[in-house]
Amino acid sequence: MHELGIVFSIIRDVEEVAKENRIDKVDGVRLRVGEVSTVIPYYLEDCWNWAVDRTDILKGAALHIDTVPAVTFCGGCQKTYPTVTYGKICPHCGSEDTWLQQGDECVIQEIEVSE
Amino acid sequence: MKDVRIIEVKRSVFASNEERADLLRQELKKKGIFLLNLMSSPGSGKTTTLVRTIEALKNTCRIGVMEADIDSDVDARTIAEQGVLSIQLHTGGMCHLDAEMTRQGLQELEKENSGQTGPVDLAILENVGNLVCPAEFDTGACKNTMILSVPEGDDKPLKYPLMFSVCDVVLINKIDVLPYFDFDMERCIQNIHKRNPQAKVIPICARTGEGVDDFAAWLTDEMRAWKEEEKSHA
Ligand SMILES: Nc1nc2c(ncn2[C@@H]2O[C@H](COP(=O)(O)OP(=O)(O)OP(=O)(O)O)[C@@H](O)[C@H]2O)c(=O)[nH]1
Ligand SMILES: [Mg+2]
Ligand SMILES: [Zn+2]
Repeated sequence: MHELGIVFSIIRDVEEVAKENRIDKVDGVRLRVGEVSTVIPYYLEDCWNWAVDRTDILKGAALHIDTVPAVTFCGGCQKTYPTVTYGKICPHCGSEDTWLQQGDECVIQEIEVSE
Repeated sequence: MKDVRIIEVKRSVFASNEERADLLRQELKKKGIFLLNLMSSPGSGKTTTLVRTIEALKNTCRIGVMEADIDSDVDARTIAEQGVLSIQLHTGGMCHLDAEMTRQGLQELEKENSGQTGPVDLAILENVGNLVCPAEFDTGACKNTMILSVPEGDDKPLKYPLMFSVCDVVLINKIDVLPYFDFDMERCIQNIHKRNPQAKVIPICARTGEGVDDFAAWLTDEMRAWKEEEKSHA
Protein backbone atom coordinates (compact mmCIF):
# COMPACT_ATOMS: atom_id res chain seq x y z
CA MET A 1 0.00 0.00 0.00
CA HIS A 2 1.22 3.45 -0.97
CA GLU A 3 0.44 5.04 2.37
CA LEU A 4 2.35 2.44 4.35
CA GLY A 5 5.56 3.26 2.52
CA ILE A 6 4.97 6.94 3.18
CA VAL A 7 4.29 6.31 6.86
CA PHE A 8 7.56 4.38 7.17
CA SER A 9 9.44 7.22 5.58
CA ILE A 10 7.76 9.80 7.86
CA ILE A 11 8.69 7.68 10.88
CA ARG A 12 12.31 7.53 9.68
CA ASP A 13 12.41 11.32 9.30
CA VAL A 14 10.79 11.99 12.67
CA GLU A 15 13.18 9.59 14.37
CA GLU A 16 16.08 11.50 12.84
CA VAL A 17 14.71 14.84 14.00
CA ALA A 18 14.05 13.44 17.48
CA LYS A 19 17.63 12.18 17.70
CA GLU A 20 19.04 15.54 16.62
CA ASN A 21 16.96 17.23 19.33
CA ARG A 22 17.70 14.58 21.97
CA ILE A 23 14.03 13.69 22.34
CA ASP A 24 12.96 10.18 23.22
CA LYS A 25 9.18 10.56 23.05
CA VAL A 26 7.11 12.28 20.37
CA ASP A 27 3.42 12.91 21.12
CA GLY A 28 2.19 14.10 17.77
CA VAL A 29 3.13 14.89 14.18
CA ARG A 30 1.53 17.52 11.98
CA LEU A 31 1.53 16.97 8.22
CA ARG A 32 0.56 19.14 5.29
CA VAL A 33 -0.95 16.97 2.60
CA GLY A 34 -1.84 18.30 -0.84
CA GLU A 35 -5.13 17.36 -2.48
CA VAL A 36 -3.30 15.84 -5.44
CA SER A 37 -0.32 14.44 -3.53
CA THR A 38 -1.59 10.87 -4.16
CA VAL A 39 -1.70 10.45 -0.38
CA ILE A 40 -5.12 9.57 1.00
CA PRO A 41 -5.47 10.88 4.57
CA TYR A 42 -7.86 8.13 5.65
CA TYR A 43 -5.45 5.37 4.64
CA LEU A 44 -2.54 7.32 6.01
CA GLU A 45 -4.15 7.41 9.46
CA ASP A 46 -4.81 3.69 9.35
CA CYS A 47 -1.24 2.88 8.46
CA TRP A 48 0.01 5.42 10.97
CA ASN A 49 -1.84 3.83 13.89
CA TRP A 50 -0.56 0.44 12.94
CA ALA A 51 3.04 1.49 12.35
CA VAL A 52 3.75 3.89 15.23
CA ASP A 53 2.90 1.29 17.84
CA ARG A 54 5.80 -0.71 16.51
CA THR A 55 8.30 2.05 17.33
CA ASP A 56 9.69 3.31 20.64
CA ILE A 57 9.77 7.05 20.05
CA LEU A 58 6.37 7.36 18.39
CA LYS A 59 4.27 4.81 20.26
CA GLY A 60 0.71 6.17 20.49
CA ALA A 61 1.63 9.44 18.73
CA ALA A 62 -1.22 11.40 17.15
CA LEU A 63 -1.26 12.33 13.48
CA HIS A 64 -2.73 15.71 12.48
CA ILE A 65 -3.30 16.33 8.79
CA ASP A 66 -3.81 19.78 7.25
CA THR A 67 -5.09 19.55 3.71
CA VAL A 68 -3.61 21.87 1.09
CA PRO A 69 -5.94 22.68 -1.82
CA ALA A 70 -4.56 22.03 -5.30
CA VAL A 71 -4.22 25.15 -7.45
CA THR A 72 -3.20 25.29 -11.10
CA PHE A 73 -1.70 28.32 -12.81
CA CYS A 74 -2.47 29.07 -16.45
CA GLY A 75 0.31 30.38 -18.68
CA GLY A 76 -2.29 31.42 -21.26
CA CYS A 77 -4.23 33.93 -19.14
CA GLN A 78 -2.08 34.13 -15.99
CA LYS A 79 -5.00 33.17 -13.77
CA THR A 80 -5.31 30.33 -11.29
CA TYR A 81 -8.05 27.76 -10.81
CA PRO A 82 -8.86 24.74 -8.61
CA THR A 83 -7.11 21.70 -10.07
CA VAL A 84 -9.46 19.06 -8.77
CA THR A 85 -12.50 20.61 -10.47
CA TYR A 86 -10.98 21.52 -13.84
CA GLY A 87 -7.89 19.35 -14.37
CA LYS A 88 -5.37 20.23 -17.04
CA ILE A 89 -7.44 22.64 -19.16
CA CYS A 90 -7.92 26.23 -17.98
CA PRO A 91 -11.62 27.05 -17.35
CA HIS A 92 -10.97 30.77 -18.01
CA CYS A 93 -9.39 30.57 -21.47
CA GLY A 94 -9.22 26.91 -22.52
CA SER A 95 -5.43 26.83 -22.63
CA GLU A 96 -3.53 23.59 -21.94
CA ASP A 97 -0.38 25.49 -21.03
CA THR A 98 -1.01 25.06 -17.31
CA TRP A 99 0.98 23.83 -14.35
CA LEU A 100 0.37 22.92 -10.78
CA GLN A 101 1.18 25.68 -8.32
CA GLN A 102 0.47 23.83 -5.08
CA GLY A 103 -1.25 20.71 -3.88
CA ASP A 104 1.19 17.88 -4.60
CA GLU A 105 3.11 18.22 -1.36
CA CYS A 106 3.37 15.94 1.62
CA VAL A 107 5.34 17.79 4.29
CA ILE A 108 6.17 16.98 7.89
CA GLN A 109 5.30 20.38 9.33
CA GLU A 110 6.07 19.97 13.01
CA ILE A 111 6.31 17.50 15.83
CA GLU A 112 4.80 17.82 19.30
CA VAL A 113 6.72 16.89 22.40
CA SER A 114 5.44 17.16 25.97
CA GLU A 115 7.85 18.70 28.44
CA MET B 1 -1.74 19.67 32.19
CA LYS B 2 1.44 18.88 30.35
CA ASP B 3 3.12 21.58 28.34
CA VAL B 4 3.55 20.78 24.71
CA ARG B 5 6.62 21.89 22.85
CA ILE B 6 6.41 22.22 19.09
CA ILE B 7 9.43 21.57 16.93
CA GLU B 8 9.24 22.85 13.38
CA VAL B 9 10.39 20.31 10.84
CA LYS B 10 9.07 21.41 7.40
CA ARG B 11 10.57 18.42 5.65
CA SER B 12 8.98 17.17 2.48
CA VAL B 13 8.36 13.45 2.50
CA PHE B 14 8.95 13.21 -1.24
CA ALA B 15 12.03 15.44 -1.10
CA SER B 16 13.56 13.35 1.65
CA ASN B 17 13.15 10.25 -0.51
CA GLU B 18 14.83 12.14 -3.34
CA GLU B 19 17.75 13.04 -1.07
CA ARG B 20 18.13 9.42 -0.04
CA ALA B 21 17.95 8.39 -3.68
CA ASP B 22 20.70 10.85 -4.66
CA LEU B 23 22.88 9.59 -1.83
CA LEU B 24 22.34 6.02 -2.91
CA ARG B 25 23.27 6.95 -6.49
CA GLN B 26 26.55 8.46 -5.23
CA GLU B 27 27.33 5.36 -3.17
CA LEU B 28 26.59 3.10 -6.13
CA LYS B 29 28.91 5.20 -8.25
CA LYS B 30 31.73 4.68 -5.76
CA LYS B 31 31.11 0.95 -5.77
CA GLY B 32 30.75 0.80 -9.53
CA ILE B 33 27.29 -0.78 -9.40
CA PHE B 34 24.90 0.34 -12.14
CA LEU B 35 21.32 0.13 -10.89
CA LEU B 36 18.44 -0.28 -13.34
CA ASN B 37 14.86 0.13 -12.16
CA LEU B 38 12.36 -1.91 -14.19
CA MET B 39 8.69 -0.99 -13.89
CA SER B 40 5.40 -2.05 -15.49
CA SER B 41 1.91 -3.22 -14.67
CA PRO B 42 1.52 -6.80 -13.43
CA GLY B 43 2.09 -9.43 -16.09
CA SER B 44 3.45 -7.22 -18.85
CA GLY B 45 6.60 -9.32 -19.04
CA LYS B 46 9.20 -7.96 -16.61
CA THR B 47 10.53 -11.35 -15.52
CA THR B 48 10.49 -12.82 -19.03
CA THR B 49 12.33 -9.77 -20.36
CA LEU B 50 14.86 -10.01 -17.54
CA VAL B 51 15.56 -13.65 -18.36
CA ARG B 52 16.23 -12.68 -22.00
CA THR B 53 18.36 -9.71 -21.01
CA ILE B 54 20.42 -11.87 -18.66
CA GLU B 55 20.99 -14.37 -21.50
CA ALA B 56 22.31 -11.52 -23.61
CA LEU B 57 24.55 -9.96 -20.97
CA LYS B 58 25.66 -12.57 -18.49
CA ASN B 59 28.97 -13.25 -20.23
CA THR B 60 29.96 -9.60 -20.27
CA CYS B 61 28.95 -8.45 -16.79
CA ARG B 62 28.08 -9.67 -13.32
CA ILE B 63 24.37 -9.28 -12.75
CA GLY B 64 22.29 -9.24 -9.57
CA VAL B 65 18.51 -9.03 -9.55
CA MET B 66 16.17 -7.83 -6.80
CA GLU B 67 12.61 -9.06 -7.14
CA ALA B 68 9.83 -7.11 -5.44
CA ASP B 69 7.15 -9.75 -5.42
CA ILE B 70 4.47 -9.04 -2.90
CA ASP B 71 4.12 -12.47 -1.43
CA SER B 72 6.06 -15.12 -3.29
CA ASP B 73 9.50 -15.98 -4.52
CA VAL B 74 8.37 -17.25 -7.93
CA ASP B 75 10.23 -14.56 -9.88
CA ALA B 76 13.34 -14.70 -7.71
CA ARG B 77 13.57 -18.45 -8.41
CA THR B 78 13.06 -17.99 -12.14
CA ILE B 79 15.95 -15.55 -12.17
CA ALA B 80 18.17 -17.73 -9.97
CA GLU B 81 17.72 -20.50 -12.54
CA GLN B 82 19.52 -18.27 -15.01
CA GLY B 83 22.63 -18.65 -12.88
CA VAL B 84 22.73 -15.06 -11.67
CA LEU B 85 22.47 -13.64 -8.19
CA SER B 86 18.89 -13.06 -7.16
CA ILE B 87 17.06 -12.02 -4.01
CA GLN B 88 13.46 -11.38 -3.10
CA LEU B 89 12.66 -8.05 -1.48
CA HIS B 90 10.14 -8.13 1.29
CA THR B 91 7.72 -5.43 0.32
CA GLY B 92 5.04 -6.35 2.84
CA GLY B 93 2.24 -5.53 0.45
CA MET B 94 3.63 -2.14 -0.51
CA CYS B 95 2.72 -0.68 -3.89
CA HIS B 96 6.13 0.82 -4.61
CA LEU B 97 9.75 0.73 -3.50
CA ASP B 98 11.50 3.81 -2.19
CA ALA B 99 15.20 4.57 -1.95
CA GLU B 100 15.56 3.17 1.57
CA MET B 101 13.98 -0.16 0.66
CA THR B 102 16.20 -0.32 -2.42
CA ARG B 103 19.28 0.30 -0.30
CA GLN B 104 18.29 -2.55 2.00
CA GLY B 105 17.78 -4.79 -1.03
CA LEU B 106 21.23 -3.93 -2.32
CA GLN B 107 22.72 -4.80 1.06
CA GLU B 108 21.05 -8.20 0.93
CA LEU B 109 22.34 -8.65 -2.58
CA GLU B 110 25.86 -7.87 -1.35
CA LYS B 111 25.50 -10.37 1.48
CA GLU B 112 24.29 -12.99 -0.95
CA ASN B 113 27.29 -12.20 -3.10
CA SER B 114 29.92 -12.42 -0.36
CA GLY B 115 32.65 -14.89 -1.08
CA GLN B 116 32.33 -14.28 -4.81
CA THR B 117 35.09 -12.87 -6.95
CA GLY B 118 33.80 -9.31 -7.09
CA PRO B 119 30.79 -7.11 -6.71
CA VAL B 120 28.06 -7.07 -9.34
CA ASP B 121 28.38 -4.45 -12.11
CA LEU B 122 24.71 -4.42 -12.91
CA ALA B 123 21.92 -4.57 -10.34
CA ILE B 124 18.38 -4.75 -11.67
CA LEU B 125 15.33 -3.99 -9.59
CA GLU B 126 12.06 -5.57 -10.72
CA ASN B 127 9.73 -3.04 -9.11
CA VAL B 128 6.20 -3.78 -7.88
CA GLY B 129 3.74 -4.28 -10.76
CA ASN B 130 1.95 -0.93 -10.84
CA LEU B 131 1.93 2.04 -13.25
CA VAL B 132 1.22 4.74 -10.68
CA CYS B 133 3.06 4.56 -7.37
CA PRO B 134 6.54 3.38 -8.47
CA ALA B 135 6.76 6.39 -10.80
CA GLU B 136 6.49 8.74 -7.83
CA PHE B 137 9.39 7.34 -5.83
CA ASP B 138 12.97 7.68 -6.99
CA THR B 139 14.69 4.40 -6.08
CA GLY B 140 18.21 5.72 -6.58
CA ALA B 141 18.52 3.93 -9.91
CA CYS B 142 20.88 5.20 -12.60
CA LYS B 143 18.27 4.56 -15.31
CA ASN B 144 14.57 3.74 -15.40
CA THR B 145 12.95 1.36 -17.84
CA MET B 146 9.29 0.50 -18.17
CA ILE B 147 7.51 -2.16 -20.13
CA LEU B 148 4.18 -1.62 -21.82
CA SER B 149 2.70 -4.76 -23.33
CA VAL B 150 0.50 -4.76 -26.40
CA PRO B 151 -2.68 -6.08 -24.71
CA GLU B 152 -2.65 -3.10 -22.32
CA GLY B 153 -3.37 -0.68 -25.17
CA ASP B 154 -1.61 2.23 -26.90
CA ASP B 155 -3.40 4.85 -24.78
CA LYS B 156 -1.52 4.04 -21.56
CA PRO B 157 1.01 6.89 -21.98
CA LEU B 158 -1.94 9.29 -21.87
CA LYS B 159 -3.50 7.67 -18.83
CA TYR B 160 -0.32 7.21 -16.80
CA PRO B 161 1.77 10.21 -17.92
CA LEU B 162 4.11 10.30 -14.93
CA MET B 163 5.33 6.73 -15.44
CA PHE B 164 6.18 7.47 -19.06
CA SER B 165 7.85 10.76 -18.22
CA VAL B 166 10.30 9.25 -15.69
CA CYS B 167 11.49 6.50 -18.04
CA ASP B 168 14.64 6.54 -20.15
CA VAL B 169 13.48 3.54 -22.15
CA VAL B 170 10.04 2.16 -22.89
CA LEU B 171 9.98 -1.44 -24.05
CA ILE B 172 6.84 -2.36 -25.95
CA ASN B 173 6.50 -6.05 -25.26
CA LYS B 174 4.45 -8.91 -26.73
CA ILE B 175 4.65 -7.63 -30.29
CA ASP B 176 3.90 -11.22 -31.38
CA VAL B 177 0.25 -10.65 -30.47
CA LEU B 178 -0.09 -7.35 -32.40
CA PRO B 179 -2.38 -8.99 -35.02
CA TYR B 180 -4.96 -9.76 -32.36
CA PHE B 181 -5.23 -6.31 -30.80
CA ASP B 182 -6.12 -2.85 -32.08
CA PHE B 183 -2.78 -1.59 -30.73
CA ASP B 184 -1.38 1.08 -33.06
CA MET B 185 2.43 1.19 -32.73
CA GLU B 186 2.78 4.59 -34.42
CA ARG B 187 0.14 6.15 -32.22
CA CYS B 188 1.66 4.60 -29.12
CA ILE B 189 5.10 6.02 -29.90
CA GLN B 190 3.54 9.43 -30.53
CA ASN B 191 1.73 9.23 -27.20
CA ILE B 192 4.96 8.33 -25.41
CA HIS B 193 6.87 11.19 -27.04
CA LYS B 194 4.11 13.63 -26.16
CA ARG B 195 4.88 12.88 -22.50
CA ASN B 196 8.60 12.36 -22.85
CA PRO B 197 10.33 13.42 -26.10
CA GLN B 198 13.65 11.89 -24.91
CA ALA B 199 12.30 8.41 -24.25
CA LYS B 200 13.82 5.65 -26.34
CA VAL B 201 11.20 3.17 -27.51
CA ILE B 202 12.13 -0.44 -28.31
CA PRO B 203 9.49 -2.94 -29.49
CA ILE B 204 10.31 -6.43 -28.25
CA CYS B 205 8.94 -9.93 -27.94
CA ALA B 206 10.30 -11.33 -24.70
CA ARG B 207 8.81 -14.73 -25.53
CA THR B 208 11.06 -15.21 -28.57
CA GLY B 209 13.76 -12.72 -27.64
CA GLU B 210 13.14 -10.46 -30.65
CA GLY B 211 14.37 -6.91 -30.03
CA VAL B 212 15.96 -7.77 -26.68
CA ASP B 213 19.44 -7.37 -28.20
CA ASP B 214 18.63 -3.72 -28.90
CA PHE B 215 17.75 -3.26 -25.27
CA ALA B 216 20.89 -5.10 -24.14
CA ALA B 217 22.95 -2.86 -26.45
CA TRP B 218 21.35 0.25 -25.00
CA LEU B 219 22.06 -0.98 -21.47
CA THR B 220 25.68 -1.78 -22.33
CA ASP B 221 26.18 1.70 -23.81
CA GLU B 222 24.61 3.36 -20.78
CA MET B 223 26.77 1.37 -18.39
CA ARG B 224 29.87 2.26 -20.34
CA ALA B 225 28.97 5.96 -20.43
CA TRP B 226 28.29 5.89 -16.70
CA LYS B 227 31.67 4.28 -15.99
CA GLU B 228 33.43 6.87 -18.17
CA GLU B 229 31.67 9.66 -16.31
CA GLU B 230 32.92 8.09 -13.11
CA LYS B 231 36.51 8.23 -14.33
CA SER B 232 36.28 11.83 -15.49
CA HIS B 233 34.98 12.84 -12.06
CA ALA B 234 37.69 10.98 -10.18
N1 LIG C 1 2.72 -13.70 -26.15
C1 LIG C 1 3.64 -13.24 -25.33
N2 LIG C 1 3.56 -13.51 -24.03
C2 LIG C 1 4.54 -13.03 -23.22
C3 LIG C 1 5.61 -12.25 -23.71
N3 LIG C 1 6.39 -11.89 -22.66
C4 LIG C 1 5.84 -12.43 -21.57
N4 LIG C 1 4.71 -13.14 -21.90
C5 LIG C 1 3.83 -13.87 -20.99
O1 LIG C 1 3.18 -12.96 -20.13
C6 LIG C 1 2.99 -13.55 -18.84
C7 LIG C 1 3.57 -12.64 -17.77
O2 LIG C 1 4.96 -12.52 -17.94
P1 LIG C 1 5.97 -12.18 -16.75
O3 LIG C 1 7.32 -12.09 -17.34
O4 LIG C 1 5.76 -13.10 -15.61
O5 LIG C 1 5.44 -10.75 -16.36
P2 LIG C 1 5.82 -9.84 -15.10
O6 LIG C 1 5.68 -8.44 -15.53
O7 LIG C 1 7.12 -10.27 -14.54
O8 LIG C 1 4.64 -10.23 -14.09
P3 LIG C 1 4.51 -9.88 -12.54
O9 LIG C 1 5.88 -10.06 -11.92
O10 LIG C 1 3.52 -10.88 -12.04
O11 LIG C 1 4.03 -8.48 -12.48
C8 LIG C 1 3.65 -14.90 -18.88
O12 LIG C 1 2.67 -15.88 -19.14
C9 LIG C 1 4.61 -14.77 -20.05
O13 LIG C 1 4.88 -16.00 -20.67
C10 LIG C 1 5.66 -11.99 -25.13
O14 LIG C 1 6.55 -11.33 -25.64
N5 LIG C 1 4.64 -12.49 -25.88
MG1 LIG D 1 7.62 -10.79 -12.56
ZN1 LIG E 1 -6.21 30.37 -18.89
